Amino acid sequence: MSPLDSESPADSDTIWVRHNRIDLAIHHLTNGSDPTHRPLLLLHGLGERTPDEVPPSVRWPGPVYGLDFTGHGQSTIPVGGGYTSEILVGDVDASLEELGEVTILGRGLGAYIGLLIAAARPQQVMGVVMSDGPGLVGGGIHPGSPSVPFPAPWASNPPDPFALLELARDVRPPDYAQTYVRFVLESSKLEKALMVCAVARPEWLAAVAAEPGVGQGTVDEALQFYAGL
Amino acid sequence: MVPDLTSELLAQPEGVRRPDRRRVVDAAGVKISVAEWGDEQAPALLLAHGGFDFAETLNRFAPMLADGGYRVVSWDQRGHGESAWAHLYSWEADIRDAASVLATLPDEPLPFIGHSKGGSMVMHLANVAPHRVSALVNLDGLPSGNNMPDVSELERTRMQRDEMDRWLAHRRTLSDKQRRPGTVQELAERRGRMNPRLTTEWLQYLVQVGARQEVDGWRWKLDPTMRMGGFGPWRPEWSMLRLPGLGVPMLGVMGLEIEVMGWGSRPSDVEPYLPPGAQFEGLEGVGHFVHIEQPRLVADLILEFLS
Repeated sequence: MSPLDSESPADSDTIWVRHNRIDLAIHHLTNGSDPTHRPLLLLHGLGERTPDEVPPSVRWPGPVYGLDFTGHGQSTIPVGGGYTSEILVGDVDASLEELGEVTILGRGLGAYIGLLIAAARPQQVMGVVMSDGPGLVGGGIHPGSPSVPFPAPWASNPPDPFALLELARDVRPPDYAQTYVRFVLESSKLEKALMVCAVARPEWLAAVAAEPGVGQGTVDEALQFYAGL
Repeated sequence: MVPDLTSELLAQPEGVRRPDRRRVVDAAGVKISVAEWGDEQAPALLLAHGGFDFAETLNRFAPMLADGGYRVVSWDQRGHGESAWAHLYSWEADIRDAASVLATLPDEPLPFIGHSKGGSMVMHLANVAPHRVSALVNLDGLPSGNNMPDVSELERTRMQRDEMDRWLAHRRTLSDKQRRPGTVQELAERRGRMNPRLTTEWLQYLVQVGARQEVDGWRWKLDPTMRMGGFGPWRPEWSMLRLPGLGVPMLGVMGLEIEVMGWGSRPSDVEPYLPPGAQFEGLEGVGHFVHIEQPRLVADLILEFLS
């Protein structure tokens, strides 16, 4: 059969990038006061989408973009599920090909994905701000009792019910997360390449925050730190 | 003009039989092709192929089970064989597809059999639906942490990073990716690199049932965007800990020759996890594809076990 293509709707404020068979929407929210400044990339939480405008609590001097993950917002909804965090890391990687060097502000699930992509692309990710949001906990530190998840077919609109179900079960062992922290710290040129700002601290995030070289503070403090670099 | 490549078609290996029936199961929108051998009224058993294989790699083995009195029900996993290519692939999606096939069978316990990844899948499925399984057979599909026993933890961590880099590099090349075309011989030779113990005759046969002849040559039907490996938090013990609590008879068959597609497990890795009363057979001089190298021997072991 032929690949599962979908049409990309036209939108002047949206950049479309392709990740395998998925068209990903990157929303250009503002140029900020200094359009030449390194951009901030927003990664939304599980079940969310890029907000229509930059939230008032987010102060950033340069351009701000937001990526809609696979199955969320305006990005393609895949048929038949199959989500993993690793696929979403591929989504961000496809976005970095378009945007170049960025600082990342991740909410919930987006915070975890931010950690993984920072490990994969330490030269392009100039800091990750890890904040509270849906999907922060994931599926615990090891698999639970097995079951076959079939989502209730409650709606055809995004977010994809499969995304909500499968990514909520995504297992996050603390030592796995720590391995990626070490990858980041070994390769990043930043003194503090990761900032944990979430109040909620599931096991994986507590382990990340406990690593030497990981910063902590409020979201605003973290953003101003990276904005000043 | 379309070149006439039919002269490439070679003799069929002895004892092969293509599926007696094919049907399609809709697994949450993904079309899964089911392959069956044997009398439709006979007691059913579920048979899962391994990763990067397809149901018709069972064309010699499955008929032996069917001739033993069973309705053998296998399926092409998403992206494999006749089944649809999917947007996404994951372990959970594969299990859900398997459950969708199981849901089409009579509502009574039946034997689950699987090779390699398929063995691990049916182990998972037996945990998910203990009321649907009557016996479990695992063919060289018991993982261990022994894939690289001589590698230090530090080196293992570096490899994890390399694997992530390679996986992302692969993801960047996927748009409009196609499999490389070739002759039957070329495709067989490529597959032989991952299946070095299988005969040329068998590999060439697999091309004829697992590849498609197009204008510029043969291409495997396998989704070209799939790739072995990948990165993620999976650990072998997560699979193995499904075994001790299994409440039905179990037969494990392991090829003792270590090879590239195998998981490097040894009997001593597996034995501590076996459920009470489990039967375990280590086959000397046999590689990962126990059911292809020794179909008669393995089929007889299974038929006797099930009787």
